[in-house]
Amino acid sequence: MDDLIRYAPELALGFWENVKLSAVAAIASLILGTILVAMRVSPTPVLRVAGTAYVNVVRNTPLTLVLAFSALGLSDQLGLIFSDVPRTNSFWIVAMGLSAYTAAFVCESLRSGINTVSLGQAEAARAIGLTFSQSLRMIILPQAFRAVIAPLGSVMIAMIKNTTVATAGGYLADAAAVMKIVFDDTGASIPIFIGIILAFMALTMPIGFFTGWLARRLAVAR
Amino acid sequence: MTENGDVTPLVQMENVNKHFGALHVLKDINLTVSRGEVLVVIGPSGGGKSTLCRTINRLETIDGGRIVFDGQVLPEEGKTLARLRSEVGMVFQSFNLFAHKTIRENVTLGPVKVRRQAKDAADTRAMELLERVGIAAQADKYPAQLSGGQQQRVAIARALAMDPKMILFDEPTSALDPEMVQEVLDVMIGLARDGMTMMVVTHEMGFARRAANRVVFMADGQIVEENTPDEFFTNAQTDRARDFLSKILTH
Repeated sequence: MDDLIRYAPELALGFWENVKLSAVAAIASLILGTILVAMRVSPTPVLRVAGTAYVNVVRNTPLTLVLAFSALGLSDQLGLIFSDVPRTNSFWIVAMGLSAYTAAFVCESLRSGINTVSLGQAEAARAIGLTFSQSLRMIILPQAFRAVIAPLGSVMIAMIKNTTVATAGGYLADAAAVMKIVFDDTGASIPIFIGIILAFMALTMPIGFFTGWLARRLAVAR
Repeated sequence: MTENGDVTPLVQMENVNKHFGALHVLKDINLTVSRGEVLVVIGPSGGGKSTLCRTINRLETIDGGRIVFDGQVLPEEGKTLARLRSEVGMVFQSFNLFAHKTIRENVTLGPVKVRRQAKDAADTRAMELLERVGIAAQADKYPAQLSGGQQQRVAIARALAMDPKMILFDEPTSALDPEMVQEVLDVMIGLARDGMTMMVVTHEMGFARRAANRVVFMADGQIVEENTPDEFFTNAQTDRARDFLSKILTH
């Protein structure tokens, strides 16, 4: 217990990094996932193929490899630099890798939501003269989103926990990284484990409750 | 029959063919619809009636022949197709009101997003149309809160809001409870009286008799017979049509 209290400030700062990574990845993955699902259901074959290929490659690659590739491949080898400050650069590289990875899951959740929207909705939208992108934006996706709020919540919870492998992308400041450094001093400490677990639960459990509540509230009656 | 003296037909279908895989659902269809005409399409299910109706706004593509709407061959895709569709209203068997939008929003969406009308003007017009179909009091409810007959009348108002040159009705009363059929038919009869060009796939002979100018009988993907409603129902020329009529008239 003393260990937890002694290292609490460092651990809290580390956890704050997890929160920041989560916030960036949540926004970016929702946007990218929506773009991907639009590609996957679009009438243009090239876009469909590209969207499908992206999802199948990224979703089936271990996250640690996605992050290592982002850091070693994209950043070191190909020169993708977000910032001259190494720590800041690593943050954005990890945020990018995590967003790219999570977007594949967001896309597939949304696609299952689109499948719950009856074909007649799309036909009625086309019949009044809406273009494909208008009917997707105004009719299909709003209904699809509502149908998958709860599953999207699960995707977001998984993403938040995934921020703890940021080390694989060279970002050594998150709670899990701090924990390892602390353990080098103190040896494994059960109170520290439990403290970090509780911190994550405090972050993720409300998301589960909130998305469940929102899903019931916004359910589209058919 | 025409109000503006324009005598070119509104719809011209020439040798239209369509397959669903091995099934030949439309066989060399030749059909014209004049401006202001009310055409009822009748026939056994699986005979191609709905498909025929849906080819006119290209919800179904065709494999052969051509369809001319208002002097123009149907566009194949993109913005020109969307524009054509905005000029052809469609009323579906299953209503297909936008489930996440209110009744009012269902009616104003097309005018605002497709026609770029001002929201206020679209709203005023929507309320007029909802008044006309008798749903004005429910304008702020969602589709699932309305009965089938009410939903279908809203669907008609949604089509009318686009000021279409024609409205296609694909079995508009087939999904309704019997006591709700008449309220929808009454609205349709009113439209017919006002001179709207209509193609109606239906089995409602009362409607055909009261409102139609012409009945087309379709079976096995072909137009078997065309006639005035009175002639068709009392004196059908083909065995296929007589056989069909004997089955539905006894029910």
